Amino acid sequence: MIKIGLEIHCQLTNLASKLFCACKANYREFAPNTNICPVCIGLPGSLPMLNRRAVEKATLISMALNCKTPERIAFFRKNYFYPDLPKNFQITQYDVYGHTSIGHDGKITIEGKEIRIRRIQIEEDPGRLIYEGSTEKTQITLVDYNRAGTPLVEIVTEPDFENPKQVRIFLNILVDLLANLGVSDPSLEGALRADGNVSVKGGKKVEIKNVASFHDLEKALHFEITRQQSLMERDIPVISETRQWDDRRKITVSARTKEEEQDYRYFLEGDIPWVRLSPEHFNQLKKEMPESIASKRDRYITKYGIPEQVADVLSSYKYYTDLFEQAHDEKNAKEIANIITTDLMGFVDTREKREKSKLTHHHLSDLANAIISNKITRSSAKTALLNMVQTGKPLSSIISEQNLGNVLDELKISSIIDEVLQEESNAVGEIKEKPETVNYLVGKIMKKAKGKADPAKTLDILKKKLGIG
Amino acid sequence: MSLRISALKYVEEIKNGSITAEEFVSKTIERIQKVDPKLHAYLSLNDKAIEQARAVDKKIKSKNVGVCIGMPISIKDNICVKGTKTTCASKMLEDFVAPYDATVVSRLKDQDAIIVGKTNLDEFAMGFTTEFSAFGPSKNPWNTEYVPGGSSGGSAVAVSALECIASLGSDTGGSVRNPASFCSIVGLKPTYGLISRHGLISYSNSIEQIGPMARTVEDVAFMLNIIAGIDSHDNTTVDNQKQDYLKEINAGVNGKKIGIVKEMTQEGVDKQVSSATNKAISNLEKLGASFEEISLDMVKYSVAAYYTITATEAGSNLARYDNLRYGYNFDLEGYEFNSYISKARRNFGPEVTRRMILGGYVPSAGHAGRYFLKAMKVKSKLTSEINEALKKVDMLLSPTVPVLPFKFGEKIDDPIALFLVDINTVTANLTGKPAISVPFEFSNGLPIGIQLLGKPLHDKQLLQAAYALQNTVKLPEVPI
Repeated sequence: MIKIGLEIHCQLTNLASKLFCACKANYREFAPNTNICPVCIGLPGSLPMLNRRAVEKATLISMALNCKTPERIAFFRKNYFYPDLPKNFQITQYDVYGHTSIGHDGKITIEGKEIRIRRIQIEEDPGRLIYEGSTEKTQITLVDYNRAGTPLVEIVTEPDFENPKQVRIFLNILVDLLANLGVSDPSLEGALRADGNVSVKGGKKVEIKNVASFHDLEKALHFEITRQQSLMERDIPVISETRQWDDRRKITVSARTKEEEQDYRYFLEGDIPWVRLSPEHFNQLKKEMPESIASKRDRYITKYGIPEQVADVLSSYKYYTDLFEQAHDEKNAKEIANIITTDLMGFVDTREKREKSKLTHHHLSDLANAIISNKITRSSAKTALLNMVQTGKPLSSIISEQNLGNVLDELKISSIIDEVLQEESNAVGEIKEKPETVNYLVGKIMKKAKGKADPAKTLDILKKKLGIG
Repeated sequence: MSLRISALKYVEEIKNGSITAEEFVSKTIERIQKVDPKLHAYLSLNDKAIEQARAVDKKIKSKNVGVCIGMPISIKDNICVKGTKTTCASKMLEDFVAPYDATVVSRLKDQDAIIVGKTNLDEFAMGFTTEFSAFGPSKNPWNTEYVPGGSSGGSAVAVSALECIASLGSDTGGSVRNPASFCSIVGLKPTYGLISRHGLISYSNSIEQIGPMARTVEDVAFMLNIIAGIDSHDNTTVDNQKQDYLKEINAGVNGKKIGIVKEMTQEGVDKQVSSATNKAISNLEKLGASFEEISLDMVKYSVAAYYTITATEAGSNLARYDNLRYGYNFDLEGYEFNSYISKARRNFGPEVTRRMILGGYVPSAGHAGRYFLKAMKVKSKLTSEINEALKKVDMLLSPTVPVLPFKFGEKIDDPIALFLVDINTVTANLTGKPAISVPFEFSNGLPIGIQLLGKPLHDKQLLQAAYALQNTVKLPEVPI
């Protein structure tokens, strides 16, 4: 039997400032060591000042993962030496002297399987080490403290996963959940990181560190399971250790520093008083709590009759649900869901494209309404949508500039069909033997109509004229 | 013009025009230049002090001047003053120039105080005599063969020897009160959280406080008025409702109940110190206070708990001095990280090294149960004992230090003997209570101080009692 547990680090990227000072939480756009102050580089005499918004965001995560939350929380010091750690201790939370972290004993269910959450804690991110050349051979290590003090939430699961696939599904759901909560932007590099631990039956637990992406984690887990199983088969004991993921060789290697022997000398951080989480705090947050992905999905299906597969895709991504929520009304909801999932998701599939996009929710509702009232066909609508994304122009001017309007009436469609039937008399002759010839004919008609004929109506008239259907 | 005047008198004389800030600060600098080669109270001086005093004199004319009106004040060298070296009397921070002002310093500057210099201390405030300063000890102005106490020894010497009007020290286990007692001045360790620690270089952050030191109780109250109160840079500060500590300072002690702590006044207390304590009790009785004996059982474990907790926090607080980001000149190239760290940290002196080694041991996974967690239990039991006691009485009285000042070298090699000197002062730190040392008597030319310990956030009542006690005696002038 395989047991896998995870430690996920989620940066609270949507906060304005760091966990204990006023420096920017979004450190990514700064030249090295320019997003720093006496507090986050630990200058003598500086004291941490707790960012209360970070406690609120972490509470939201804790609530969303169905955790129990204590009445008051405390911070601890985790003491160890590392050049990326300005104070040579990390301010974090610690549950050994009772539950004082922001959450404990939660669970979420993925595909019918319950994954228990052991603990959720708030902590500070260290700085970043930049090696000149490869990690092993580097002569020079540079330190950038811009990231030091960025608010992090650590989510620790119980070892409830049985295989790497479950891990992948869980992480996908978790990423969507964190984005939906508005606490973190998963598309930012390094915003979400995960370490794993693995044990096989009869063996000890092995921790895997230094995994850059969720994709690599899955590979590392696979490697580790195979390694441990083959050891067991040869009666070699699996020892408890920490192993590093070597991204170049795609294997795990035993870490030179023995993490197990590290003694972090945890004790209370006296510079941050205990924080009382009042019932009002929770009530306020419950009000602010965004609707869950599952609830959105159900609402889309039952209220608007959106098909399940469409609702699944739409509800998972915060960027698209935000657009949908602003754009839709009772009548156009289904159409907007269609536009988003069939076309828009293809046009703005990366962070960069989404940031560049000039599309607003007004565009979406205008476009859907135009389709519903037959002012534009779906195929022209796709052209218009791309134009909106690129230029941000209103639908009306796109329609006139690109000549996308004037949906053809039945009479006009009928006469185009007649023309095509005449030109394609050979094909018409084969219609009895080769029924798929109908599609060929529709293609020809649509081409001649320059996308302004309604496809359903066209097919309808065509079949009548051919005496089939 | 006399340098002996109090802060309040200084303000009065400046206001009536009989002196100027420039004159007073110049004369103070002359005094420092004359006596400090013998006393070594200062580690560095502000060479713009006179210039700054002149600017304050100009402000007086414009009527837009702060309450300190150019008063010369010194700051212990573990408190940051922007643009000046802040060394903690350590080779480790020999070249560290603070890039910002501690909150207490900016509040003093806002009130037009002149920071004349930074005063000596035991390295990182760990010690009781200033003998652990990496830059040499300060001398007791009452007899230079004797230690001035510590760790805020430089501040006490500077105040006592008229090298400034008042000073700020820091008190982790008695570091303000002990040298105040040994140098015959007043020193207050306020309620934990009353004064911002922002800019105070941490030694044991959960129990230490900055404290004002001056020659009179009312001057200490004057200083407290300026520096106390909530600060957005320190989450542990409390709102004191802008209390005026000077107002009603002469309220007296009539009707006050005072506890005499058995464990601080009997065993091991020097005879002269004991008789001074009894005299203080009878003086206060004459003013209408009543006394009763109080026993605090946990006091006998307090010093052990104190050293365990402070070592634990020091081991963590001082870990940042790895010389990567600031510190002293040291070529870091060519070392693997761990050997680099141990090499860089060799600039810590012997007492700091001793406590950091202890701090690596007592809270460690295998030993925390026997040491650190036990110490935390003592701390919490002592706190509930003293809270119970303070339900019965308004404050507690004891000698500040059970022994008289001693000579250099006498106890430096005997850590256990030095630790027992702490027995009467650490309780206030471990329990977060305010405590003050009041100069009271001399024995063979050596000062004896009396300590009063009060209820949390009752610093004002403590100052009123201290004021009453101070006025029952007339003490000699410093012989230097």
